[in-house]
Amino acid sequence: MLTQDLERPKTPPGLYIHVPFCVSRCSYCAFSSSTRLDLRDLWLEGMAREVELRARTWDGFDTVYLGGGTPSILGVERLVRLVRGLEPLGIVPGASWTLEVNPDDCSRELLWGARVLGFDRVSIGGQSLDDRALRFMGRRHDASAVEQALHRAREAGFEDISLDLIYALPGQSPGHWRRQIEAALRLGPTHLSCYELTVEPGTPLATAVDQGRVVLPDDDQRRDLFLVGAEQLEAAGWDHYEVSSFARTAALRARHNMKYWAHVPYLGLGPAAHSFDGFFRWWNDGSIRQWADRLARDEAPIEVEETLDAEALRLERLTLGFRQVGGVPVADLRGPPVHLRAALDDGLLVRRGERVFPTRLGFLVADGLALRFA
Amino acid sequence: MKHKRNFSIIAHIDHGKSTLADRLIQGGGLVDERKFQNQMLDTMDIERERGITIKSNTVTLPYTAADGVTYELNLIDTPGHVDFSYEVSRALASCEGVLLLVDAAQGVEAQTLANLYLAMEHELEIVPVVNKIDLMAADVDGCKLQIDTELGLDGDEAVCCSAKTGQGVPEILEAIVTRIPPPSGDVSERLKALIFDAHYDAYRGVIIAVRVFDGGLQKGDEIRFMQGGFVHKVEEVGRFLPLRTACERLEAGDVGYVISGIKTVSEVRVGDTITHENWQAAEAVPGFVDALPVVFSSVYPVSNDEFEDLVYALEKYKLNDAALVYEKDSSVALGLGFRCGFLGLLHLEIFQERLEREFDQSLVMTAPSVRYIIAMSNGKELHLDNPHYFPDPSTIDHVLEPFIKASIMFPERYMGSVTKLCMDRRGENTRYTYPVPGRIEFKVELPLAEVIYDFYDRLKTVTQGYGSFDYEFMEHRKADVVKVDILVNAEKVDALSLIVHRDRARQRAVNICERLKEELPRQQFKVAIQGAIGGKIIARTTIGALGKDVTAKCYGGDISRKRKLLEKQAKGKKRMKMVGNVEIPQRAFVAVLKTSDD
Repeated sequence: MLTQDLERPKTPPGLYIHVPFCVSRCSYCAFSSSTRLDLRDLWLEGMAREVELRARTWDGFDTVYLGGGTPSILGVERLVRLVRGLEPLGIVPGASWTLEVNPDDCSRELLWGARVLGFDRVSIGGQSLDDRALRFMGRRHDASAVEQALHRAREAGFEDISLDLIYALPGQSPGHWRRQIEAALRLGPTHLSCYELTVEPGTPLATAVDQGRVVLPDDDQRRDLFLVGAEQLEAAGWDHYEVSSFARTAALRARHNMKYWAHVPYLGLGPAAHSFDGFFRWWNDGSIRQWADRLARDEAPIEVEETLDAEALRLERLTLGFRQVGGVPVADLRGPPVHLRAALDDGLLVRRGERVFPTRLGFLVADGLALRFA
Repeated sequence: MKHKRNFSIIAHIDHGKSTLADRLIQGGGLVDERKFQNQMLDTMDIERERGITIKSNTVTLPYTAADGVTYELNLIDTPGHVDFSYEVSRALASCEGVLLLVDAAQGVEAQTLANLYLAMEHELEIVPVVNKIDLMAADVDGCKLQIDTELGLDGDEAVCCSAKTGQGVPEILEAIVTRIPPPSGDVSERLKALIFDAHYDAYRGVIIAVRVFDGGLQKGDEIRFMQGGFVHKVEEVGRFLPLRTACERLEAGDVGYVISGIKTVSEVRVGDTITHENWQAAEAVPGFVDALPVVFSSVYPVSNDEFEDLVYALEKYKLNDAALVYEKDSSVALGLGFRCGFLGLLHLEIFQERLEREFDQSLVMTAPSVRYIIAMSNGKELHLDNPHYFPDPSTIDHVLEPFIKASIMFPERYMGSVTKLCMDRRGENTRYTYPVPGRIEFKVELPLAEVIYDFYDRLKTVTQGYGSFDYEFMEHRKADVVKVDILVNAEKVDALSLIVHRDRARQRAVNICERLKEELPRQQFKVAIQGAIGGKIIARTTIGALGKDVTAKCYGGDISRKRKLLEKQAKGKKRMKMVGNVEIPQRAFVAVLKTSDD
């Protein structure tokens, strides 16, 4: 490998902390999470050890993201212990601190506590503002709890508030989705993540779909829903900067998530968390106990580590570049020139200098674009 | 000679031929039980999987009979498909008798009858065997009655067995000895040996399977191939036990192999007669036919950089398939490839499967075609099997296409559907007879082009498997054919062009367009698929643009999963061909090749 390759990119890394607990599992979720809340203290001990382990080689983080699972489930006291424990990692002043919260357990106390600890951004897992849709997804809260969560966050002093919404629900009409977005905008968030409901293998939703009990929108319907949402938000002046991500202004984009897509290093702590340092990717043991046990033996709790060669990095740039405004260097594109010409003619990409950028239509087929130019 | 017996087993597909062959080999004590690989004789993977025999194999079984004498039983296995009926006839010409296998549960079927006629043509002794008597559904008495009434043989003389359990196998071995006559022939006469099979061995060259009718041959003899016209020196003779075992000499009545330094199977033609160079037989064994390719298709590597591999694979493959002919070809859509000639559609399919499996090639094959004779306005004649070279219609005086005389046998209740099938396929001069009550034999003249286009599959369908089919060539006849092109987004996919009868052009074009529509993955833009004769569009369909393909989430930093998915898909993309800006997967070409005509 050339020495220049060995130099780490200069952009400061991001820090992700995985809180692998939930009160109950949602019907569509395949993220690593446990309902064994009694393991929370074990997890905290593990975190302290993993921080100590990684602080030897990492520092200077300028984004911190507490995700899950359900970070709000930790409660204020554990949250304080966790954040205090992060000191050795050298998080820079002025870093962006995001806390994921669930509408059903984001108490005033927790939100105030988070604010005091330095969090400046909350991401609320609202998912919908329709009670029937929430019940279908197996959520434990109703629409009014989502409204209340936003209200409380603002009361606690958060100015940067993101709301997650899920669309492409069974039978969902474009009108319904439009009204959902309108309702969400009325609550005054600064950021929206609109995720399409996807069937993950092994989830109750997957079983229901297999058995024909649930019929999800087809390809064309999902396309329509995506376009309806994107057009509506852009008409309201919002910035559509990634397939599923919208910010009220470009300055309000999710700085931490952007790192994943731009090949900026990030360190993931906690069970099943993923990390990337520019050349290696690895992810932690998914079992809370094994992860904690290995840390107790002063061992890195890594499940798999991959070395990325130039070709793997190129494929990743394609995978990541077509799904967000960052785009892809023309030099990374393979295949006959007619491919690029067609993609430009069809309005899927625009070219500026030696980079191509996906359009809204390009976002729709980002995976296909990546494959086309692989 | 009187202690030798040469026989074959003939049966309907699935009636247990290979299993019985295995039991006989075990019964002869030739192969260790422990080492025994089921279905010894079907050696190729494809044969074992499909349960059919493609290349015949032969085995010599020593067997000590009830009379205390040790006999030499030569079992000559036969291929089981109409494409290889010539090979079957050569194998049967090497026998004095056959075991006619009937499934106790299914009874006499059409192919049983067709095989019976074939055996009778060669004046062979026929020993009926009722197999699978261990089945719950076995109806042994009913089966014997059928053998009586439908085959005109003595049902009481049928031997009952279960090749699966081994029950009745000793009785079969006894019946072979007592009922099949020993070979006749004169050891002191001039050498006359019939070649009924040949295969290539990487170390020894071509192994020729022969039946000696007169005289004898041994190592060092100078032998002449009477049809081929060339002379070789014998390096080794021997028997199949079932592994090759050298012996001193092969004599009249014997079945065995000859190795004579020949390096490719294509030099050796099944049906040829071997004699001595300096003491030649007056005439060859009758019935030799030069196997001519009748179905043509171009084969391309899926990825252009695999062309060199394909060249190598074809050379290797050809060593073991004398019937294959090929020459270089090229296509705008598919790049460099080969035009290949086959004995029939099954031969083509086997070729494709073996190249893909044994030689690890990813192939695209074009729609099969027959060979047309094109009489040009300027008086010249063109022999053409590749649509690519079809001349401008204005320069053509007329076109001739090959016709076959087909013999179709089926139970009379399918009269209506078989008649319709033959009419649909432009059948002419249909005649029918009742060889046995309840069964009809059609003699019909058909354009071969209609037959290679899934005729056999359709016949099986409309007769619920009871129809059997055989054919021979007749002549070339005038035909009103046109070249149909398929266009994808206005770009001609030259590999999909085909020559077809004018009346059927529209239907075929519609079928191909529809099938392509099903098989083409939706692209990120609209795709128009059209069929055209010259500049005239005769079929049209459209594929809508892709809806939304970006689904997998990319949050929490799990990028590896997405990258791996892309790596996997990109690998699959190697099997795609670009036409204009449209990616066409290999399976789309294959699907069009197999289109059925409902």
